[in-house]
Amino acid sequence: MHAAPEHAARAHPGPWQAAWRRLRRNRLAMAALAFLILLVAVCVAGPLFSPYGPNDQDLKLKATAPSAAHWLGTDSLGRDLATRALHGGRVSLLVGIVATLVASVIGVGYGLVAGLAGRRLDAFMMRLVDILYAFPFITFVIILVVVFGRELWLIFAAIGAVEWLTMARVVRGQVLALRNLEFVTAARASGAGGAHILVRHMLPNVLGPVIIYASLTVPGVMLLEATLSFLGLGIQPPDASWGVLIREGADSMETYPWMLAGPGLFFSATLLALNLLGDALRDALDPKSGG
Amino acid sequence: MLRFFASRLIQGGIVILAVLCITFVLLKRAPGSPLESERNIPEHIRAQKMAQLGLDQPEIVQLWRHIRGFATFQFPVSEKNGGRTVDEIILQGFPVSALVGCAALVIALGLGIPMGALAAVRPNTLEDRACMMAATAGICTPSLVLGPLMALIFGLKLRWFNASGWYDADDWVLPALTLGIIYSASIARLTRAGLRETLAQEFIRTARAKGASETAVVFRHAFKLACLPVLNFLGPAAAGLLSGSIVTEVVFQLPGLGRHFVGSAVNRDYELAMACAAFYAVLIVGFNLLVDAIQALLNPRIGLHKA
Repeated sequence: MHAAPEHAARAHPGPWQAAWRRLRRNRLAMAALAFLILLVAVCVAGPLFSPYGPNDQDLKLKATAPSAAHWLGTDSLGRDLATRALHGGRVSLLVGIVATLVASVIGVGYGLVAGLAGRRLDAFMMRLVDILYAFPFITFVIILVVVFGRELWLIFAAIGAVEWLTMARVVRGQVLALRNLEFVTAARASGAGGAHILVRHMLPNVLGPVIIYASLTVPGVMLLEATLSFLGLGIQPPDASWGVLIREGADSMETYPWMLAGPGLFFSATLLALNLLGDALRDALDPKSGG
Repeated sequence: MLRFFASRLIQGGIVILAVLCITFVLLKRAPGSPLESERNIPEHIRAQKMAQLGLDQPEIVQLWRHIRGFATFQFPVSEKNGGRTVDEIILQGFPVSALVGCAALVIALGLGIPMGALAAVRPNTLEDRACMMAATAGICTPSLVLGPLMALIFGLKLRWFNASGWYDADDWVLPALTLGIIYSASIARLTRAGLRETLAQEFIRTARAKGASETAVVFRHAFKLACLPVLNFLGPAAAGLLSGSIVTEVVFQLPGLGRHFVGSAVNRDYELAMACAAFYAVLIVGFNLLVDAIQALLNPRIGLHKA
C-alpha cells in the first residue's frame, strides 16, 4: 500500500503482494474472478451488440424456447430473454456494488469512531449496533421502499443502510486490536496526531478485513435486491433486474420453464462466483484464519 | 446469572420499543393513508372516519396508544381485514408459518450438522470437498430460485405434492424442504469451521492423549464447543423461520404470517404492520435470550455475570 522502493518490494513482498500471490494460486478463485469480469463486460457491452432492445415486443414470437436467434428464448410478450437478462444484470450488479459501498462507508466510519472513541461512547455505540441487530430488517427495507417509493437510488440506500452493522463490528474490533500495538504507540510517542494515526496507521490495516467482509456483502446485497424485486417492491417491470425476471419466470414456469432457467442460472452462477471469490480473499488476506 | 437475564430482558424491552417507534415513524412518513382506497368520500365523513380511527390526534398520542395496546394485550382492530383484531390475524397465520418453520429447522439441522461434522473430521478429503461444494451451492440457490424449482419439479412435473396452496396435510413439505436446504448450507459451513477450530485446541489433544476414542473426542469433547457459532446463527434464523419466510410463502402461496409483513405495509394498515413488527421483535429477542442461556450451559468459559 505504501510507496515502497522497487527493490525492497522484490526482496520482501509486502503483505498485499503476498496476498495477491496466494490468491493467484487458488484456481477456483481465479476462475470465479474471470467469470465475474466476463459477466460485467458482457452485461455492460452485450446489449450494445444485441439486435433486440430489452423491451422490444414481438408478439409473433410469444414465448418461444431458446433458439439460435434467441439464445435464452423469448417471454410471453416476445421479448428477447438474453437481452433482458443482460440488462437485468446491469441493474443487479450495480445494486450489488453501490449498496455494498454505501454499507462499507457507513460501517467503516462507525467502526472507526467507536474504536477510537473513549470507552463510554464506544460502549454506547456498540450497544446500539446490538439493538439494531435484533431489528426485523427485511420488514424495514420493505417499509422503507414502500414509504419512499421504488426508485433505484432509494433501493441502494435502503439496502446499504441495513447491511453496515457487521462491517462496523469488524472495523471496531480491528481498531481496538491495533490501538495498543507498538507501532501505534511509537507513532503517538513521536508526536503523531489523531488524524495522522487514523489515516496512516489505522486505515491501511483495517483495509484487509474491510475488503474481505465487503466481498462477502456483495452477494447478500444482490440477494436482497432480487428478493425485493421478486416481491414486486424493488425494480418495477418493464425494467428488468434478475429478481424481476425470476419472478416473471416463476409465474409462467409450468408452460415456459426456460423463462425461469435463464435468469435463475445467471443469478445463481453470479452468487456462486462471488462467494468463492470472497472465501478465497479471506484465505489470501488473512492466512491465519485457516480454511 | 439473574442479573444477566434481568439486564438482557431490559435490553430486549428497549429493542421492542425501538422497533415499534421506528416502524411507526416510517409508516407515518409514507404518503397515503388507510382511507386512500376509498375515493370520493365527502370531507366530513372522511374527518369522522379519521377521528374514529384516532388518526386526527397528534402522532405521539397515536404511538403511545399503540404501545399501551401491545403492553396490555388490548389489541387494535385492523380495518383492512374485516374488522378483526390484529392478534386474531397473527394467530391465524402463525400456525402455518410455525409448522413450516419448525420442519425447516429440523431439516436444516439434520442435513447441515452431519455434513459439516463429516467435512471437519476428514479435512481436505473428497468427502470434505463434496460437502463444502454442496454447501456453497446451497448458499447460492436462494429461496426465490430454489422455491420455484421445487414447485416445478415435485409439484407440477412429478405431481408428488401440490405446487402451491394450503389444502392437503402434506403441503408443508415443499416449503419446508426449500427453507431447510438453504439454511442447512450455512449450518454445514458453520459446523465445519467451529469443529475444525475446536479440534485444534489443547484440551482435545489431552482427550486424545488419555486414550479417548475419536468418536468420543468429536462428540463428547469437541461438539459442545463447536456448536456455539451454529447456535449464534440459529437464534435469528429460528425467529425468521417461525415468523414465515416472505419469499417462500409467496412462492407456495401459504396463508402464513409472511404475507402480512408486505401486505400491511403496502396497504398502510398501520395496526397490522405495527403488530407484525412487534411480533417479530418479540420472537427475535426471545430466541436471542434462549441462545445466550444455552451457550452459557454449553461453554463454562462464558460467564453469564459478564453482561
